[in-house]
Amino acid sequence: MLVDIANLHVAFPTPSGPAMAVRGVSLRLGQEKLGIVGESGSGKSLTARAVLKLLPGQASVTADRLSFDGIDVLTASESTMRKIRGRRAGLVLQDPKYSLNPIMTAGDQVAEAWRAHKGGSRKQARAAAVDLLAQVLIRNPADVANQYPHELSGGMGQRVMIAIMLAPDPELLIADEPTSALDATVQAEILRLIDDLVARRGMGLLLISHDLPLVGHFCDRVAVMYAGRIVEEVGAGELARARHPYTQGLLRCMPSLAHPQATLPTLVRDPSWAA
Amino acid sequence: MIQVDGLRIRIGQTEIVHGVSFAVAQGAAFGLVGESGSGKSTILRALAGLNPDWTGRMAIDGTPMTRRRDRAVLRRVQMVFQDPYGSLHPRQTVDRALSEPLTVHGIGDHDTRILRGLDEVALPKTVRFRYPHQLSGGQRQRVAIARALMTSPEVLLLNEPTSALDVSVQAEVLNLLTALQRGRGLTTVLVSHNLAVVAHLCPNIGVMQGGELVEMVSAADLRLGDIHHPHTIALRALSVSLPG
Repeated sequence: MLVDIANLHVAFPTPSGPAMAVRGVSLRLGQEKLGIVGESGSGKSLTARAVLKLLPGQASVTADRLSFDGIDVLTASESTMRKIRGRRAGLVLQDPKYSLNPIMTAGDQVAEAWRAHKGGSRKQARAAAVDLLAQVLIRNPADVANQYPHELSGGMGQRVMIAIMLAPDPELLIADEPTSALDATVQAEILRLIDDLVARRGMGLLLISHDLPLVGHFCDRVAVMYAGRIVEEVGAGELARARHPYTQGLLRCMPSLAHPQATLPTLVRDPSWAA
Repeated sequence: MIQVDGLRIRIGQTEIVHGVSFAVAQGAAFGLVGESGSGKSTILRALAGLNPDWTGRMAIDGTPMTRRRDRAVLRRVQMVFQDPYGSLHPRQTVDRALSEPLTVHGIGDHDTRILRGLDEVALPKTVRFRYPHQLSGGQRQRVAIARALMTSPEVLLLNEPTSALDVSVQAEVLNLLTALQRGRGLTTVLVSHNLAVVAHLCPNIGVMQGGELVEMVSAADLRLGDIHHPHTIALRALSVSLPG
């Protein structure tokens, strides 16, 4: 098991007592594609970040088990975590505009990631960077390597982000809304790229998204989160037959090209879902 | 109600929109779809009077629009932006946000109008003196819609009004927009990259690519797949629906 989480709780202190953001999440991930779906505030990003021990300092994290490839993340030291982060588990974030360094060229940023984890000379790193940019299907990798983030489109920037994540050959890729800042056309290309890379390199993938149909298409399994809990876990192909009323409600309230309806059903939240 | 003929729009030295024509009937809803950079938002901004660097012809209700708009025209055309986190002033209360258009256009009776405005977008009276950060994303977008409606416009321009929202909230905002559009007889132009959202709200849709309107389709034909331009076909194929 690449990731093994049992009964994870994340809480934040507030003046009126701790706010429970994640409440008893358990999931396991091997070399497969697992999607976590839920709305803002459901705890999906916190769950993924807990795996890399990347939660803000004031967060209190408890779990019966929280491990990455057998390493106990809860008790791991910062130096142990540094060997996991980036090197063994990469994190791709939502918006390349904010995650890339605006005053470094794309090539330098990929080369920096490669060198930090693999060592080697500047020249080797540079060559590796161009090769990685080619792997993320950038047609003119040598030119793009010399460009700054503001000269790149959103889709191109996200490819560069993925190239940076791939540099150290990670075993796990955590993608937190990797395409929600992108166009539908570009979104499909990036997902196809991630899919291809995950298959070719035999990586595990944790894909976090609020887009249920998208995750259903793309992942092997989907965990649906609501108010800090996983309310349902289904095989991606069975999403249309989901049983939990929250999942069903989410699927119904989306406008669809195939099934037009005059008024969209809205989600009536049953307090028992969050209980 | 809206006539656009041979509209060309420049931003700086670059021409972004290369001659686009369409018309929207009184009380109808028209959608513009296309990928980013296709010029759909640029058209919306020009309609709203936010970019004076255009040539061609734009008219509202038969009155040609000029480069500089007078206040009466601006009052009739209002816009709702994509990101309710960015479009509301973080240090102004909802009350202030809603009273500003009234002040600008010299409309009196703020108290009643603001309360009516909040009621119309189904927000409780209690949010009136709150700040944007105290509201949820959906509530903020409702405030932005209420603000656009304060001047009783005839034309409402919507730029990706739900793409920053969760799907459950999106459904509520879309239902609100449908109700407002029917109830007030608003002429609406909706820009979005989400085909399903556009087809939900708009019976007629223009597909944009590279600054040109490449195809006009009805929502019904789009649903059936009776479309011809390769770009429309590609966009429709990407509009993923659930397997099985």
